[in-house]
Amino acid sequence: MLRIEGLHASVAASEVLRGVDLEVKAGEVHAIMGPNGSGKSTLAHVLAGRGGYDVTAGSVRYLDHDLLALAPEIRAREGVFLAFQYPVEIPGVNNAYLLKAALNAVRRHRGEEELDAVDFLASVKEKLRHLEIDPRFLERAVNEGFSGGEKKRNEILQMAILEPKLAILDETDSGLDIDALKVVAKGVNAIRDPSRAILLVTHYQRLLDYIVPDFVHVLAHGRVVRSGGKELALELEKTGYGWVGAAPPPEALV
Amino acid sequence: MTTTLKELGLTDYKFGFVTDIAADSAPPGLSEDIIRFISAKKHEPEWLTLWRLKSYRHWLTMEEPRWAHVRYNPIDYQQIIYYSAPSQRPGPKSLADVDPELLKTYDRLGVPLHERALLAGVAVDAVFDSVSVATTFKEKLAELGIIFCSFSEAVQTHPALVQKYLGSVVPQGDNFFAALNSAVFTDGSFCYVPKGVRCPMELSTYFRINAAKTGQFERTLLIADDGAAVSYLEGCTAPMRDENQLHAAVVELVALGDAHIKYSTVQNWYPGDKNGKGGIYNFVTKRGACRGARSKISWTQVETGSAITWKYPSVILQGDASVGEFYSVAVTANHQQADTGTKMIHIGKNTASTIISKGIAAGFGQNAYRGLVKIQPGADGARNYSQCDSLLFGDKSGAHTFPYIEVKNHTAQVEHEATTSKVSDDQLFYLRQRGLSEEDAVTMIVSGFCKQVFRNLPMEFAVEAQKLLSMSLEGAVG
Repeated sequence: MLRIEGLHASVAASEVLRGVDLEVKAGEVHAIMGPNGSGKSTLAHVLAGRGGYDVTAGSVRYLDHDLLALAPEIRAREGVFLAFQYPVEIPGVNNAYLLKAALNAVRRHRGEEELDAVDFLASVKEKLRHLEIDPRFLERAVNEGFSGGEKKRNEILQMAILEPKLAILDETDSGLDIDALKVVAKGVNAIRDPSRAILLVTHYQRLLDYIVPDFVHVLAHGRVVRSGGKELALELEKTGYGWVGAAPPPEALV
Repeated sequence: MTTTLKELGLTDYKFGFVTDIAADSAPPGLSEDIIRFISAKKHEPEWLTLWRLKSYRHWLTMEEPRWAHVRYNPIDYQQIIYYSAPSQRPGPKSLADVDPELLKTYDRLGVPLHERALLAGVAVDAVFDSVSVATTFKEKLAELGIIFCSFSEAVQTHPALVQKYLGSVVPQGDNFFAALNSAVFTDGSFCYVPKGVRCPMELSTYFRINAAKTGQFERTLLIADDGAAVSYLEGCTAPMRDENQLHAAVVELVALGDAHIKYSTVQNWYPGDKNGKGGIYNFVTKRGACRGARSKISWTQVETGSAITWKYPSVILQGDASVGEFYSVAVTANHQQADTGTKMIHIGKNTASTIISKGIAAGFGQNAYRGLVKIQPGADGARNYSQCDSLLFGDKSGAHTFPYIEVKNHTAQVEHEATTSKVSDDQLFYLRQRGLSEEDAVTMIVSGFCKQVFRNLPMEFAVEAQKLLSMSLEGAVG
């Protein structure tokens, strides 16, 4: 589903990704771990198409597409979803309105009929129940005045509704208490199926107690330095990231 | 022609066509003779001719104000044509009598003149340059005793009402542009809703400046008698011209005891081209008087057009427990400038006012909010809440806020909040990551920003306003 080869990317002329190789097949859950500044979030952003990054070498194939050639909204409509580390506030726009617009943008792209308000609400209510999210969430403005935990739940709700093919979660677990973490895990496990792939970007092993990955990769200094099964995460929990070597040169600290 | 327009960046303005009708115009320039000419053309009673002349003489003693946060080249008042009427038989009795060219113009504007009006539930008094073309639904309204007609017609048919209220809210010498309007106004709308009558439909006037080098000076007078209620919408467009055109209107609203007036404006006069050439100078005086107890006047404006917008729809809260509201969205893109806001003058006891102002600036646009909240000594228990928010696109646009607060009664409560924010790349990326195009993302952010104002517009106009907003901000990003 996703094949990353020799990916190099820089921010403001400083190289952050220095040759990332990664292959993700449908049905798999991959965890990307690594110390701060290793390039984890940059990788997530480059895959989603955020501006401000220069891809200097390498390629990313997603399904039949050259992913890097697509505009961010086309990637989204093709099934790439990014759960943001810092979800953005959109004052005055209610959640339900954004969700409906997003879902219908995806449906139009697939040549499916748009959902009207009634059908949309029916399908959303079911997801809300499953994720134990207060229905009043829908009437609130997007992330405005949300606590950190609420923002992350909102990301998971959006993911559940948009049913992406490739879900990338960028440190969704950071700063969450155990209840919120369980909601996140529940949401991710609910969309786990043989046709989808999930990329979990995380600093801690804790999330992986609830979402058991098929593969774990350690990213350091902009490269995958180790890959293994779920036991690698447990090992990291014990040993920390000290073994990955000296601090990267200052220009890569982004 | 098309290529040239495209090159000049003029094709973006969707309503910039010119209707080819021979006009019956006065020569350019202003003098007592021109004023007598206008008055005679309109068969006005002598008191009105004298009223105009008095205004003109007063205007001659005044100086054009310079305090607004806008810049423009001096206006040569002797180059303006003050009267331009389409030549046709006077007083069309029905739509069939109206010049088909005119009707086509309205068709292209999407004004519902025919049966569509019935379906839309809108009564339209269409002002084409200086003469009212057709008034629909007049008869249906007349059954309820509601008078809704062109200003000139009201002068002929209801002179006593006109004489009683004309200039009672905006006096002749109120300001430079109001004095000019009082001298040379040509037409506009008149509405009177009698005691206890709630107008069953939205009343609407569509203004349009057509003839070249014509100033449009319309005069609107709206009176809601005791316990009456009316909602009025004004929409404006003008063709594209290289030269600037002056629009100096006066709108007066009078609400007697327990009366409610809701006045909504959607203004998209031609804003000039991408380089700031041409466009309308929209220098307008709008004011309402809450004369009776518990009366209410609510202004809602969506200003997307004009090269320069300079206006302050205001409310004089004279009656006890009367209420004034001002909801505004003003957009300035390219080289547009706006200096707009409101004045809330609290005179009666327990009067309340709300000001919600949303300014959006993109390109080189300059957007200023200027407002006055004045609490007079007798206004015990007066309350005001003001909120002024600005949204900026890019780094060459500007937002300015000039709130003036004068409180002369210690029981008053006055609150003022203001914010300025930029549309961030993070917001745009977030929405695009959810599958929205950049344009839809901008529209969504802007509608969220304007929500408090849009929800005060009648439903169908809220939709139109949202469309206009997206049109004005096309290409504001990236």
